[in-house]
This record gives sequence, structure tokens and C-alpha cells, in this order.
Amino acid sequence: MGEVLMPQMGESIVEGTITKWLKELGDKVERDEALFEISTDKVDSEVPAPESGVLEAVFFPEGDTVAINMIVAFIGDGSRVGEHQSPAGGAQASAETDPRSAPPASAVVAPSKEKAPSNEKGRIRSSPLVRRIAKEHEIDLAHLGSGSGKNGRITKQDILAYIERRKHAPEVPAAAAAVFHPTPEARFGKYAVEPLSAMRRSIAEHMVRSMRVSPHVSTVHQVDCTAVAKQREAVKDKFLAQNGTKLTFLPFFLRAAASALKAYPTVNASLDGEDLILHREINIGIAVALDWGLIVPVIRNVDEKSLLGLQRAVNDLAERSRKKQLKPDETAQGTFSISNYGSYNSLLATPAINQPQAAILGLGAVTKMPIVIDDAIAIRSIAYLTLTFDHRVIDGATADLFLEHARGAIEGWNESIL
Amino acid sequence: MSSARIFQKEPGRAAVDGMRTCTVRRLGAVEFREGCRLQLESAAAVKRGDTGDQLLFTEHPATITLGRNADGSNILAPRERLERRGIAVEESNRGGDVTFHGPGQIVGYPILDLKFWRRDVGGYLRNLESVMIGALGEFGIATGRLDGCTGVWVDGAKIAAIGVHLSHWVTTHGFALNVSTKLDDFELIVPCGIPKPVTSMQRVLGSAPPQERVVDALVRHFCLAFERIPVEEKAACATAE
Repeated sequence: MGEVLMPQMGESIVEGTITKWLKELGDKVERDEALFEISTDKVDSEVPAPESGVLEAVFFPEGDTVAINMIVAFIGDGSRVGEHQSPAGGAQASAETDPRSAPPASAVVAPSKEKAPSNEKGRIRSSPLVRRIAKEHEIDLAHLGSGSGKNGRITKQDILAYIERRKHAPEVPAAAAAVFHPTPEARFGKYAVEPLSAMRRSIAEHMVRSMRVSPHVSTVHQVDCTAVAKQREAVKDKFLAQNGTKLTFLPFFLRAAASALKAYPTVNASLDGEDLILHREINIGIAVALDWGLIVPVIRNVDEKSLLGLQRAVNDLAERSRKKQLKPDETAQGTFSISNYGSYNSLLATPAINQPQAAILGLGAVTKMPIVIDDAIAIRSIAYLTLTFDHRVIDGATADLFLEHARGAIEGWNESIL
Repeated sequence: MSSARIFQKEPGRAAVDGMRTCTVRRLGAVEFREGCRLQLESAAAVKRGDTGDQLLFTEHPATITLGRNADGSNILAPRERLERRGIAVEESNRGGDVTFHGPGQIVGYPILDLKFWRRDVGGYLRNLESVMIGALGEFGIATGRLDGCTGVWVDGAKIAAIGVHLSHWVTTHGFALNVSTKLDDFELIVPCGIPKPVTSMQRVLGSAPPQERVVDALVRHFCLAFERIPVEEKAACATAE
């Protein structure tokens, strides 16, 4: 049981106009049932009853503009319908001023639709001083609703309080920074507008979401690929003759990643709310660059495939991606991803996680470099491997152990290729 | 580097990865009243929490609508003349004065629970303006706000109108953007009670872009501005175009 206040509809809104009372004096109201309607600029809003009871008093008629947090009605048990006194001409309910203990207005106005506590037929009661202050501050006194003085007269205090409130009502916050406000030639010189393709849009949405959702952290390890490079060199021609396809480094890294994912299952995982989903399959997405974007087809069960099988899968998916022949499920159910930017000669990068996965492995180009081994300088085939991981799921130590495992698999390669 | 994998299309899910979804429903042309009914249906679902937010797009046959603050005197033509021209007059519980809907106008009805967005109706209006300013910018139209006159303006002419209803912080009604609307019909009224001219994308650009492209731009800017994940009502193929 208690007062019904003019609701606060937002930071920049200091008042609202009561457009319609949906209940009459003496009506029963349920909590959350629409009690009255208000209008603020271009927004029309229903105000629900704060509690159940009987509408015992209505202090402002339809058409009145009332400052926020003013008492506009009273809901009681039904024993005092029409007996409430206008709360001192509509003082604001606040911690400092309890309107019921405020000195009663000398002219007690029975709440009714015909007779408002102030503002009869649009006439606003105020003093010349108040009107001068209003003029100086460019305030329309109608915006103050009724004042706290006699017969709803607007007092100097009322208007000063209003000015204070208005000062604190902050400027409307600028729209989300992401929205582009064009000021064409002035800012860009000559330009052309190209609407984003559906794919570009989905990439944009995915990237923004991924960066927002996952705290991205990257760690980089140097991997000596000399052993693998030598073996590959030795069987290169034979492999091509036998299988009709070139052997690249990617299947080796896929194999190494699968082995590391088995050893560190939290890297082969997804966070779903409060649950960590540990994937039982090792399905690795391969980022394929297209002329018109990017797509990540998935190689299923990487751990069960031979080097030849992996090479074939990579070739096939890349080719069909470029011909737009992928089936929808071929981009689905990935549990981890690899970005092979090394094929574009990048040495080191920090890829973005392919949601909802927990990590992505980045492969730098395999390049011959001088490195120090046992205090001697040697020429070795080196690649930098990056693991970018979701720090909510994976900690740095696990990420480094994962990369060390992958490094071990590559450096200690002993499986015959053919 | 990474993926173009399109997030799961699951209309009905209220949130994906902690971000609230916005189901985009392209209704095609519907009568004004039917549009109101569909909005109420969506608003009920949003209030119940059955879905995230929704963004309805439609186009109405020629209709003059009166908002809650409408002053009948802002309809300039006598009713009989309106009837002869086949223009319906409907009352509406949105804020604002009188406006005109008709073919060639994109009507957007965001059904948004502001409890999940700042609880600020003023900010909501300003953000709706930003959405349209951003989208129109993509078509090379420089637009802006006019102090004290909610809506989107081009050189003093209104290109998009806004009127909103709120119930339990859930919005209905929304905005109307003139793409190729017949502008003479606005002469029947004083739009929003503000005696200023109206314009359309067609008038500004010389020709109208396809409505679908404009809707696509609006969806994109809406979801950026309100930080929602768009979900098209009809699931699209999640591969290369």
C-alpha cells in the first residue's frame, strides 16, 4: 500500500504527461497491471501499478505534465478512497522530504479528475520572480507540473530545484560508437559506397562477437621443422607420382595438433555458460582464404586420418570452398581451428578464435634460419607456431604445454610418410 | 584470421554467448491493424522471455495513423476525400502525432525489452535515429537530427519518423523510413504536427535502392547500435554465398 510515483523513464527524461488513467477511484488494481499511461516526447508508455490494492487517490488529471518521482496516486486497502490529501501540492517523494510530513497545503484539494491541485485550465500560478528565473533559464513553467506553494503555486524553490535537476539530467548518451555518422566529402574526400556481402557481414559479426566474448591471449613457440622438411623433400616426387597431389607441411601440423589436443583436452573444448564442453572428436577447421572472404571448412576426426588422407581432405575442402561447393555441415562441428597464414609468408600472427571453440593454432611460414644449437650456429627450417586461446578456459601454462607437445611431435617426427 | 562460420541460426534463443539475440522478421506488406496484432504477439513473447528481442519489418497500404498526442486538426484533408483516395485512418497507441504510411516506406517495429538496454526511453529514441542515420549513410545520404524534433532529417526535410509505445519496458511501434513513398500523400497531414517538408531516399538520390538492401543496412546498424546478435527468422544456409 502506498504512493504511486511518476516513473523515471530514462536519464534524459525529467517529466512525463499523463495521457490516460486506466483505472478510476475505488477500482481494484493488481500489481503490474497497467494503471495509467504517460507520454514523453515520442514515447507513449503504460505505467504498471507498483502493488495490488484499491486506487484511493489520483492527484493529477489527464493532460498534466508531472516531474519524475512525484506522487501521482495512492493505492490503499480501499478504506480511504478519496480521502487522501494532495501531497503538499505534489512535493517530490525523496529521502529528504517525506511529502506526508510536509506542512499541508492550506487549500486541500480533493483529488478528482476535474480539479487538479494546480494548473487550472492551463493557468500556471507563480510569482514574477519565478517567471523571471524561468525566462532567464528558458524554462517553460508548464514543464514543472504543479508547485509546492499554495494552490499548486510554483515557488522559487521549485524552479531552482527544477534547474538543478535539469543540470543533472545528463546529455543523451551518444549512440553506440560502432554506428558510423557520415559527413561525406568533408571527411573522406571522394568515396564509393559498397554494401557488405552476406559473407562479409557474417565475418564481421563473428569477429566482433569473438573478440567480445573471449579474452584472447596468444603464446608463440619456435618449432624446428628440419626433420620433417628433410623427409618431405626426400619423398616429395614419389608422393606426387603415387597420389597425384603435392605434400605440404599442413598435414604434419594437423597431425601434431591432433596429438596435442588428445594430451590437453581443455584446448579441444567450448565454454557454454557455466559448463565446459569437452569434445570427444577432434574436428579441426582450416581457415581458407577466398577472393570474397574467408571460410573455415572442417576436417572430421583428424586423429584417425593418415598424412595422405589429411592432405586429400585439405585439398578437397580448399578447392570446393573456392568453387562454392561446400555443404553446410562441412563448416559445422569444428572443435579447434588452424589458420595457415604461413602460406602467405607471414612469420607470426595472432589469429582470432573461431567461436565457440577455445583456441586456434596459427602456423607461420617454414623458413630456413640460423639458430644456435649446442653453442653452434646451424641453418634449420624454422616455423613460429601461435596458440591463441580463450583465457576463460585455458591458462598460459596449458597453452605452452600444448605447443611444446606439438613441437615435440614435429621435431621428433618418426612416422614414415609413404 | 579465422572464421566465417556463421553463428547458429536459432530463432527463439534469447542469447548467444551472453549477447541478446534479435530475431529479424520480414513480414512483407501487411495492413496497419494486422501489423499491430503481430507486434502484440511478438511483444507478449518478448515479455515472457520466450525469445530475445525482435525486429519486425513491413510496409503498410496507404494509412494515416494518429498517435496518442495526435491533434485531429493535423489531418488537413476531409475524411471523405481520404476515403475516395483509399486511405484508411487508424488510431494507434504510439507516442507522437499524426503520420502517414504507404507503399514504398519501410516500417520497422523493434520489439525490444529496454530492461536489457539501459532502461532509457530518451536514449532509445536517439539510438533509433543513429540506426537510420548510419544506414542512410551507406547509401550516401547525409542525415542528422533536428533538435527537439525526433526523427531523421535531410536538409530540413524529414526522411524518417519515429513513434514508440512502451509496456513493461517492452517497445512496440518504431520507425518509418521513406524509400520511395509517394510524397504528395503527406500533404494530407501535418506530419507529427511539425509543419516541415518530408522527403524520401528516392527524392534525395534520384532513384530508390531496393528495399531489401535498405532493410539489410537497418538490421546491421540496429544490431550494432543495440548490441544484439541478428537472427533471421528463416534460417539461411551457413556456407559460402
